[in-house]
Amino acid sequence: MERILEQIPRFFTADNMALLLQSAGLTLAMTVAGCVIGFGLAFVLVYLRQTPGRWALPLRVICVAYVEVFRRIPFIVVIYLVLFFIQTVASNASLFTIAVISICIYAIAYTAEIIRGGLESVPLTQMEAARAMNFGRLRTLVTITLPQAWPVILPPAIAFAVSFIKDTALVSQIGVFELTFRGKELNNQGYSGILVFGTIAMCYFLMSFPLSMLGQYLEKRLATPRSEQSARKIRRT
Amino acid sequence: MNYNFQYGVVWDNFGALMEGAWLTFQLGVFAFAGGILIGLLCASIKTYGPWPLRLLVDTYVVFITNTPALIQIYFLYFGLPELGVRWSNEACVLIGLVLNAGAYLTMILRAGFLSVRKNELEAGLTLGFSVVQQIRYIIVPHIAKAVYPALANFFIVVLVMGTSVGALIGVDELTGQAINLSSINYRWLEYFSVVAVIYVVLTFVASVGLALLGRWAFRVRVRIF
Amino acid sequence: MPHLAVNNLRAKYGALEVLKGVSFSIEKGQVVALVGPSGSGKSTVLRTLVGLTPVTGGNVTIHDDKIDYASSGSLRRARDQMAIVFQQYNLFQNMRIIDNVTVAPVKIKKRPKDEARADAERLLAMVGLADKLNAFPDQLSGGQQQRVAIARALALHPEILLLDEVTSALDPELVNEVLDSIRQLAKDGMTMILVSHEMAFVREVADKVVFMDGGSVVEEGLPEVLFDAPKTDRAREFFGKILRH
Ligand SMILES: Nc1ncnc2c1ncn2[C@@H]1O[C@H](COP(=O)(O)OP(=O)(O)O)[C@@H](O)[C@H]1O
Ligand SMILES: [Mg+2]
Repeated sequence: MERILEQIPRFFTADNMALLLQSAGLTLAMTVAGCVIGFGLAFVLVYLRQTPGRWALPLRVICVAYVEVFRRIPFIVVIYLVLFFIQTVASNASLFTIAVISICIYAIAYTAEIIRGGLESVPLTQMEAARAMNFGRLRTLVTITLPQAWPVILPPAIAFAVSFIKDTALVSQIGVFELTFRGKELNNQGYSGILVFGTIAMCYFLMSFPLSMLGQYLEKRLATPRSEQSARKIRRT
Repeated sequence: MNYNFQYGVVWDNFGALMEGAWLTFQLGVFAFAGGILIGLLCASIKTYGPWPLRLLVDTYVVFITNTPALIQIYFLYFGLPELGVRWSNEACVLIGLVLNAGAYLTMILRAGFLSVRKNELEAGLTLGFSVVQQIRYIIVPHIAKAVYPALANFFIVVLVMGTSVGALIGVDELTGQAINLSSINYRWLEYFSVVAVIYVVLTFVASVGLALLGRWAFRVRVRIF
Repeated sequence: MPHLAVNNLRAKYGALEVLKGVSFSIEKGQVVALVGPSGSGKSTVLRTLVGLTPVTGGNVTIHDDKIDYASSGSLRRARDQMAIVFQQYNLFQNMRIIDNVTVAPVKIKKRPKDEARADAERLLAMVGLADKLNAFPDQLSGGQQQRVAIARALALHPEILLLDEVTSALDPELVNEVLDSIRQLAKDGMTMILVSHEMAFVREVADKVVFMDGGSVVEEGLPEVLFDAPKTDRAREFFGKILRH
């Protein structure tokens, strides 16, 4: 205990804090890059999954299988598979790239389900009206379905990304200089584990908690129908 | 890509992987069971307890659910020995997972508690049930039915995402075994692809089992896919 | 040569055969009314025409050209010539009224934006909604939404307009405003197939009435003849019940 107290002034130096800040930045950057790209690709997956016609059956099966399989594999296993696969095909890929690809692969599987749920919440009749006017499948999605599905898709998608900030801790295992890796490094340098991992936990908390609050606020905000929003605006003016 | 896949060595060590899978399953079950106990306690406190205890539970839930399980386990494994508390790596993983699952299960169960409507309780009273009978025949079945799908889903999360964290402090569950074995002969892709399949099969069996259990015990439909 | 002819049309929902060989035709500028008890397949006929419900037998011709619903090109041409107004309006909830009316002309028919907008404003004024251009659908009453739906269909300048019970979801005091709009279209010579339970209105505007029951056409003819002197028992029973009120 005294050892910990004695270490505090040595631990909370400007240098160490700068390192932690940098690593926290990397953690966030990885999460945002992986989730945003994954979210985009998840749309492609959902779109392909809805391809009509008998010839597209194998395509639909692959899309369903992708989601099912990757939701049942631990993230750390995905990281290892990506790491060693990428290293055999492109040995000069950076660890950061590998981490982002792993996050991406995982995010696709989870957000695809969120997107599908959102799209299915839009009444079928909206799409029928568009089809009867000769809208193509993609145009219907972009101009009719998606704008109505956003309020249903965004809150859980944000919640997923926020909760994934924590799961990225696992990429420390392959040596990306994110928060957890930095924590292990400081611990190896002899700083108290309680002090180091307590601080690291605090860093995660400071990223995760406000963002999840923001997500909850957005959810409430988006769930309000437009007519009420405009009514509120009128009342305010 | 001219990588030469060699699965032979994986089959030679398949028994070791199976041992890892068995440990994964045990860790998952015990972590979930322990988490349920904590969850029940905390959800009851949140629903019926005095405010200082409620505040304590809130703090616990907010802190655990906003920090990585891995850091919580590192804290136990690398931090606690400084206070003279020395647990084995398996104990650290199990205790860490129980504490972690407990927080998430508090949220799930709390939602279930809130779903018991007042009028059902009143209906129970007018039917002449005692308090114990009410809990036994009305409240528990109702809550079980309401939260079962979320619980079943969370069990899979613990079984996959939870237990695999143990590999990072050297627990020989399924992922840990894969790391051990592949660092001997460097067939990483082979080991990890087989392990991925084992996880899919394991969780699929668990999903089917839970769906059947749910239908038989609580008459709820749980989707497997 | 009829403008549009439906020949022995069949359609299924799953295993349930909903249309069991429906035939009728419509000349250019005519108004044909589909009437019959609910569940008889009237909506399905209209949905099949625009390719929303798959055809399982028979065919549809426009100016003697067979529509091949399996070919996207043929289906696109067919949808280009027909516009449908749904019973539940189905306005795009995410778009303002003006955009609901202009989106298809601009994006699908590639008409210049300002031209499409001027046209939309004219049509919305015609159905009495010139002051609602910037409202969202959920800010309008049912009758207003239904009239927007009609304007949206007309903005496509279809050769044939399909109207599915456009007044049945409306409060009685809103029915007339919508019927007035349709009456005007009939006067202007628009070819229309309309499903309706407003028998007085049908008698007034329809050139031909097609009476359907159980997925088949039971009897067709001039409104006066069908309403006052039906030949089949089934039609006599149906119109007897309906017209007595
Ligand atoms: N989407 C659908 N799925 C299955 N059955 C349907 C569907 N739509 C309509 N039906 C059935 O098809 C039959 C005809 O319906 P419909 O064409 O809507 O009749 P109408 O418009 O004359 O009232 C009814 O028996 C109805 O139950
Ligand atoms: Mg109908």
